[in-house]
Amino acid sequence: MEPTDAELIAAVLQGDADSFEPLIEKYSPRVFATARRYARRESEVEDIVQEVWLKAFQKLNGFRGEAPFEHWLMRLAVHTCYDFLRAHQRNRESSFSDLSQVETEWLERFISGAEPGTEQTDAARLLVERILGELSPAARLVITLLEIEDRPVKEIAQLTGWSTTLVKVRAFRARAEMRKVLARIAREKYL
Amino acid sequence: MDLNKLQNQLIKIARANPPSDRVPYAFEKRVMTLLRTAPLVDAWDLWARGLWRAATPCLVVLLLSAWIWLSPPAAPPNSGSGTPAVDVAQQFENTVLAAADSEPAADFVQ
Repeated sequence: MEPTDAELIAAVLQGDADSFEPLIEKYSPRVFATARRYARRESEVEDIVQEVWLKAFQKLNGFRGEAPFEHWLMRLAVHTCYDFLRAHQRNRESSFSDLSQVETEWLERFISGAEPGTEQTDAARLLVERILGELSPAARLVITLLEIEDRPVKEIAQLTGWSTTLVKVRAFRARAEMRKVLARIAREKYL
Repeated sequence: MDLNKLQNQLIKIARANPPSDRVPYAFEKRVMTLLRTAPLVDAWDLWARGLWRAATPCLVVLLLSAWIWLSPPAAPPNSGSGTPAVDVAQQFENTVLAAADSEPAADFVQ
């Protein structure tokens, strides 16, 4: 019978560091999926996930066991991703001319009202990543958690450490920010 | 162009295409090697905790100093109230200059 998370954590806290490895094997897929929402390069994703596990190992004695380990770990992962966004915040604004050909084609199909085909999904995904990459770190985080991952406000507040009011305010601002980015890119098409 | 519609469509696409949860080969081994060589305690975390712990006594000292500084001075020694003078500044000056006052006067007569 496999040891539970609580048993593994207790073993690690008693000095058996090898007991941490099963936890890494079990939860790394979830942490990697989270990190890939905020970083494009695979090297950056690996760095983020390594940072998450390093912090988890160092702060393990702070885990009280009141909530599942996964929740505590995901909170750590979200904080690490947010730190990454703030550290790598770019000031460059994309213009319409920066879009790739496939992104431009997708946008033009959308404007013309034509239904995009399934082969256009990659193009749309690239466009989404570009748009999200231009948002401020807080806006990108809240759009990703609230709109894309469809998490409730209360859960986002727990993950980020923000109050529910702050989450709502940031969500409102994030949507406005995203619309501004879209407007800037779209405006160039018609000028 | 309807920007709201575009925004909703892009979010819908992002929702329908979650990122991969693939873990690189032998990633756990690499992390365990890192953990075995990394310090068990995060030095910056300890530093931050120490600063927070020091913040409370610092605040107390600050408030006490402000209270002493802003307290109204006691009545002068020859006032009609007859209360003893507590002129901290004068006493400090007297203490500092006591050493100079006790030295014999320099003989400047040539």
